[in-house]
Amino acid sequence: MKPLTGLLLGASLAALSAALPIAHGAEDGARAPHASSYHPMASVPTMIINVNIYDGRGGLIENGSVLMKDGDIAAIGASLEAQEGTVVIDGQGKWLTPGIIDVHSHYGVNASPGMNAHSDGNEVTGPNTAEVWAEHGVWPQDPGFARAQASGVTTLQILPGSANLIGGRGVTLKNVPARTVQAMKFPGARQSVKFACGENPKRVYGQKGESPFTRMGNVAGYRAAWAKAVEYKRSWDDYYEKAEAGDEAAKAPVRDLQMDTLMGVLNGEILIQHHCYRADDMANIIEVSKEFGFKITAFHHAVESYKIADILAGNDICSAMWADWWGFKMEAYDGIRENAALVHNAGACAVIHSDSGTGIQRLNQEAAKTLADGNKAGLDISRAEAWGWISYNAAKALGVEDQTGSLEVGKDADVVLWSGDPFSVYTRAEKVFIDGALVYDMNDQATHAVSDFRLGLTGEGDDR
Amino acid sequence: MSNLAKYLMPFLFAASAISLAHAENLAIVGGDVYTAHDGAVYEGGVVVITDDKIAAVGGADTPVPDGYRVIDATGKWVTPGMMNAYTLIGLSEVSLEPSTLNHSISETFYSAGFDVSYGLNPDTPIIPITRIEGVTRAVVVPGFGVPFDQNPNKSVFAGQAAVIHLGGGYDLVVKGQAAVVSYPANAKVGGTRTAVLDYLKGALHEATPPKGKKKKKSNGGGRFAKAPEDKAALARVVTGEVPLYINENKASNILQLLALRDEFPDIRLIILGAAEGWIVADELAAANVPVVIAPTSNLPGSGFDSLGATLYNAGRLEAAGVTVAIVNGGFSSAHNARLLNQDAGNAVAHGMSWNGAFEAITINPAKIFGIDEDFGSLEAGKDADVVVWDGDPLEVMSSPDHVFIMGKEVPLVSRQTRLRDRYMDLDDNEMPFAYKK
Repeated sequence: MKPLTGLLLGASLAALSAALPIAHGAEDGARAPHASSYHPMASVPTMIINVNIYDGRGGLIENGSVLMKDGDIAAIGASLEAQEGTVVIDGQGKWLTPGIIDVHSHYGVNASPGMNAHSDGNEVTGPNTAEVWAEHGVWPQDPGFARAQASGVTTLQILPGSANLIGGRGVTLKNVPARTVQAMKFPGARQSVKFACGENPKRVYGQKGESPFTRMGNVAGYRAAWAKAVEYKRSWDDYYEKAEAGDEAAKAPVRDLQMDTLMGVLNGEILIQHHCYRADDMANIIEVSKEFGFKITAFHHAVESYKIADILAGNDICSAMWADWWGFKMEAYDGIRENAALVHNAGACAVIHSDSGTGIQRLNQEAAKTLADGNKAGLDISRAEAWGWISYNAAKALGVEDQTGSLEVGKDADVVLWSGDPFSVYTRAEKVFIDGALVYDMNDQATHAVSDFRLGLTGEGDDR
Repeated sequence: MSNLAKYLMPFLFAASAISLAHAENLAIVGGDVYTAHDGAVYEGGVVVITDDKIAAVGGADTPVPDGYRVIDATGKWVTPGMMNAYTLIGLSEVSLEPSTLNHSISETFYSAGFDVSYGLNPDTPIIPITRIEGVTRAVVVPGFGVPFDQNPNKSVFAGQAAVIHLGGGYDLVVKGQAAVVSYPANAKVGGTRTAVLDYLKGALHEATPPKGKKKKKSNGGGRFAKAPEDKAALARVVTGEVPLYINENKASNILQLLALRDEFPDIRLIILGAAEGWIVADELAAANVPVVIAPTSNLPGSGFDSLGATLYNAGRLEAAGVTVAIVNGGFSSAHNARLLNQDAGNAVAHGMSWNGAFEAITINPAKIFGIDEDFGSLEAGKDADVVVWDGDPLEVMSSPDHVFIMGKEVPLVSRQTRLRDRYMDLDDNEMPFAYKK
């Protein structure tokens, strides 16, 4: 956080939540508008024993045990004793990990089957649409959610697309079936805002003869927006200061929904998820962040992060990457298979993401590929560390690392029991728990969620 | 390759041949040899390569002739090269840059006759990037947009595919005009799917050579075929000389395609996609029609054509006796062509046998595209496309330690490994990275 923001944070947070309908959880038992209405599914105390554990933060316990109780990890260790009423699962020969977290999904906003009617991810009406929220486009009946659940994905961030310089706000969800998006929202998770640099915005608008037409136009577009946001924030800060001092004549500025989003970033309440491929593009964005005093949480796609991993480590910015996608556009031409491994090795935060309705279903395999390639090239990264690329580091990129992403006492029991080594292509998510509740069991069809869309249509009965 | 380059080819080939490794005589010993030939496996076996051919395959007692280089493959897996049955390698450099794309035509004067082999770029970095992952052959297809519904080619027939090797040089094509490719769902004749089959039949009838008479030279200009090349290509489809490689996912539509045999008894079909193939697996098996599938494409697609898409498809098709080739899902079939073994592995995780999945990326595509006399399994007399792996080739953490294509060992180097090596150590930066080569 930049000094300017830090100084003002305490005062403005309290005032903002009173003045603006931005949700920060329930107040006095009433749910704030747009806040999460998620409730964990019913669970029973469950202990998994004799199981190999990757804890998501680099730790490995062989033949250990984990106890889940009241939705949380209650205990983890070499051996635990089960109390009466606890369901005990023998994990002999199996593996236990924190659930997979995908920081880049378009489920719900670009739902299956792909059709015009399901195109709710890109508000391609202007290069800055910071005012739109992905959660208002998420269709909870997207059959993709259940596919990902059966693949061990317990948390995912839904982002707007990358047509615009500023695409709008993203939302972090617990991967549970629900009727409303509010009932999927990860409690307490901050929203994010999706930025895009490079080819997409300049292609989308340049083709229409509009700005941005070039990368120069891209950066000018961000800077113009930030300059305005800094002024907007100042006007609100002035107002709060006067109001708190008892100035009854103080007049609230006119609300601007675009600027609310950017001010949220400046106030540390909204995280920046910045689609950016090329190393030089990322470097430019870092300069802009220093100019205006905001924090970039993660670069997404980040195909060239390996070229500037030292700079990314120095600025504490995560890179969310594919294992091996490349070449589909010019800014992806220099993709290499060791990208994530090299970023990790340089001490920067590496995350494997999907940006794909099918890729999200095997993020463990994607981590495995880049781990194997990195080590074959001479690195020495353990499997336990690499699991962090799809759990703890991903949670960090979403700002929910205190709640999920690792197996630690007190954290949400978002847990996957794998049928074998989760770095093997043959292994499947056997049992998936979210907040301690069994949401999917490979061997029990009763636990296979079927979205409304699938009901009564061909293919209803298949979980994968 | 441009048309101009075609005429220059003799000169270009001479230049490139110099840089190629020569085929040599060698023996790979000690590895577990998975032949993809009737399931035969030789633990601690031997593969002998003489010049560009496999001379012998067998157990540990297989004799190694004097003077042969010996590669110790103890603890490793030895397999035939993989073959991806559906790629744009050589036709697409950067998917979103039209100036680098040569895989389809937007004009309507030309359709089935369009032959991709004239457009191949043998210098593409995608070839080394793909072969160092164990892929040594590929079917290169026409008329594919990314995604399908953006395909600029609105004809029912997209053109003719070619089979290439990835061994380098300027002479990549091992079998030209290997199939006529069609994407009916994409064609929307008259704005609808409904008329496509009728159109397709009409075109095939028009191209059918008259019976009992000497073949008259086609002059094109028919109701369906616009160019003589189109009619000639379709005539070969009607006679069964060349298969029709046709994209179809919906079960009921697959049955309609199988019924084409009633009118065209010699036609050979290959179904591409077949996401709902499992629903009509028995019919496919009975008709002896092979499928090329992407097992991991398990979400309902547009047009409600693949609502039944599932990862269990491959295993169910195998169980019914259908010949299956596996290609990779995902949105680029040039750059990601190397990922087909991951798809095969996922098929195994969802009910396919290991051997079935292994054959689906080796001998089955070779059979389907008619190059199995020379490729697809480790058998004496076949081309020496051989890969030595550090583990199970279907596992995501395995990779090749040696790749031989027609007897030549290819270096495990690509533009990507060069980039990796340049930036491997960011502290080594006294000079700009551009000087690290």
